[in-house]
Amino acid sequence: MKQGIFTIQSNVALTDSVMKMVMVGDTSAVTAPGQFVNIKLEGLFLRRPISICDYDDTTLTILYKVVGKGTAKMAEMGSGETLDVLSGLGNGYDLTLSGKSPVLLGGGVGVPPLYRLAKDLIAAGKEVSVVLGFNTAAEIFYEEEFRALGATVTVTTVDGSRGIKGFVTDALAEIDYTYFYTCGPEPMLKAIYKTATTSGATQL
Amino acid sequence: MGEINTRVTLCGITLDNPVIPASGTFGYGYEFAELYDINCLGTFSFKGTTRDPRFGNPTPRIAECTAGMINAVGLQNPGVERVIAEELPRLATCFHKPVMANVSGFSVEDYAYTCERLDSEPQVGWLEVNVSCPNVHGGGMSFGTSPEAAAEVTRAVKRVTTKPVIIKLSPNVTDIVAIAGACEEAGADGISLINTMLGMRIDLRTRKPVIANKMGGFSGAAIFPVAVRMVYQVAHAVKIPVVGMGGVSTAEDVIEMMLAGATAVEVGAANLIDPFASKRIVEDLPAVMKKYGITKLEDIIGGVL
Repeated sequence: MKQGIFTIQSNVALTDSVMKMVMVGDTSAVTAPGQFVNIKLEGLFLRRPISICDYDDTTLTILYKVVGKGTAKMAEMGSGETLDVLSGLGNGYDLTLSGKSPVLLGGGVGVPPLYRLAKDLIAAGKEVSVVLGFNTAAEIFYEEEFRALGATVTVTTVDGSRGIKGFVTDALAEIDYTYFYTCGPEPMLKAIYKTATTSGATQL
Repeated sequence: MGEINTRVTLCGITLDNPVIPASGTFGYGYEFAELYDINCLGTFSFKGTTRDPRFGNPTPRIAECTAGMINAVGLQNPGVERVIAEELPRLATCFHKPVMANVSGFSVEDYAYTCERLDSEPQVGWLEVNVSCPNVHGGGMSFGTSPEAAAEVTRAVKRVTTKPVIIKLSPNVTDIVAIAGACEEAGADGISLINTMLGMRIDLRTRKPVIANKMGGFSGAAIFPVAVRMVYQVAHAVKIPVVGMGGVSTAEDVIEMMLAGATAVEVGAANLIDPFASKRIVEDLPAVMKKYGITKLEDIIGGVL
C-alpha cells in the first residue's frame, strides 16, 4: 500500500451516472486486478474506496458511479486537479485458478475491476467469456472495450432493452467455463454462487 | 531550554512518547508495520478481543458524518485463543515494546477469562478493559453505564491478573465521574476514556438508517471537545492515571488532552483516514512542544489552569 498524490488526466461521463477517471501518479503499489484505491476528498471525513479498472506504470483508471456526496465531488473535478490516494489496497483476484476458459461476471458498477482481469487472463492465453449485467440499455458501459481485448462478451439487461433479458445468471447456462470471477451487488453474488457449476472468486 | 523529553510513565511502564493508536483502528499492529516502523509509537491498543471469535455486525457498518464517522463493527475478532496463537507471534516480529491488550466481554466471567489468558503473555504490558459492551445476563445494559457493574468487572479482572488494568469508559452515561470513581475503588490501575458516542444517520432516499445495526459509535475530530471535558472531569476526580482519547488527530490535540489530565493519549478514527496519522503525530510532537515552551512532556499532565 502506498499513499500518493495523483493528478487527474481526464474525467468523462460514460453514461448518465458512470464516470471514467484517468489519473497519473506512482502506481507501483498496484500489483493485481481487483485491487482498489481509497480516495481522500476535501470536506469529507472518510476516504472513498473505488475499484481499479486498469493501470500501467504511470496511470490508474477508475470507473465510478455517482451515488452520493463523495462521488458527486469527484465528478466535478477536472484534468490537472490532484487527489490524495491510497493505492494497492486489497488482495485482488488470483489468476492462477482460472483454468483454460474462465467466465467473468460483472453487475453494474461491479464491472470495472473485471476489465484488467480480462486483459491479464487473455494475455496469459486464456479463452475469456465476459457477462455484463445492467438494469437497462442506457446504463451499459465498456461492452466494446471488453470485446476489443478479445473476450467473448454477453450483455444482460433486467428490462430486456438490450441483450439477454434478465440477470447475469441467465446467461451462464449457455457458457462453457472452467472457473468464475465476479464483482457486483450481494444478491447477484448469492445467485451466482447458487447457479455456478464450478468454484470461483467474488468481490463485493 | 534542555533537550525535549516526550517520555511518560503509564502505570509503572515508561513509554517513549504518549501516542497510542486506539483499539479497533490499528488491527493487531503488523498490518501497519508494512507501512512504517511501528516501534516509533508509545505503544498501541490491539483490536478488542473476546473469549470466542466474533464475525461482527452486518454491513453497512460505517457512516460518514461532519468531521467524524459512525461505526458498528461489532467487535469482530478471532477470539483470544487465536490472538495468542497467531496474532501475538506475528506482532512479535515487528513490535518490540509492551502492547496494550484490549478486552471485551458479555459477562463478568468472559472478561475475567480473557484477561487472565492475556495476562500471562509476556508481550502484554497493560490490559485495557472495554466496559461499553452489553451485559447479556443483565438485560443487555452496558457494564459501563452503572458504577456497580463497572466495579464488578474491575474486581473480577483484578482478581485473576498481575498486570496494570485500565478500564475504558463509555461517554454515554449521566455521571462518568461516579463510574470512574467506582472502578478506582474496585482496584483499577488506570482509566481510559472516551469510547465512542452513540450516534445514528438516516439515508434520505431509502429512509432507512445508514448503518445496518441502526446505531453506532460516533468518533473523529467532532467529539474532541467532549472528550477533553470528560478527561478533565475524571482526571481531577481520581488518583490513578487517565488515558485520554476521542477525536485526537494532531500533536496539538495530544498536548491539550494532557493539559486536561491525560498521562497518555490514544488516537482512533484518524488512523482510519490516514494510516500514517499516529506516526505523524509522534514526529510533530517535539516541534509543537517547543512552540509552547514544553521541555518535559510529563510535566504538563493535568496542567490546565
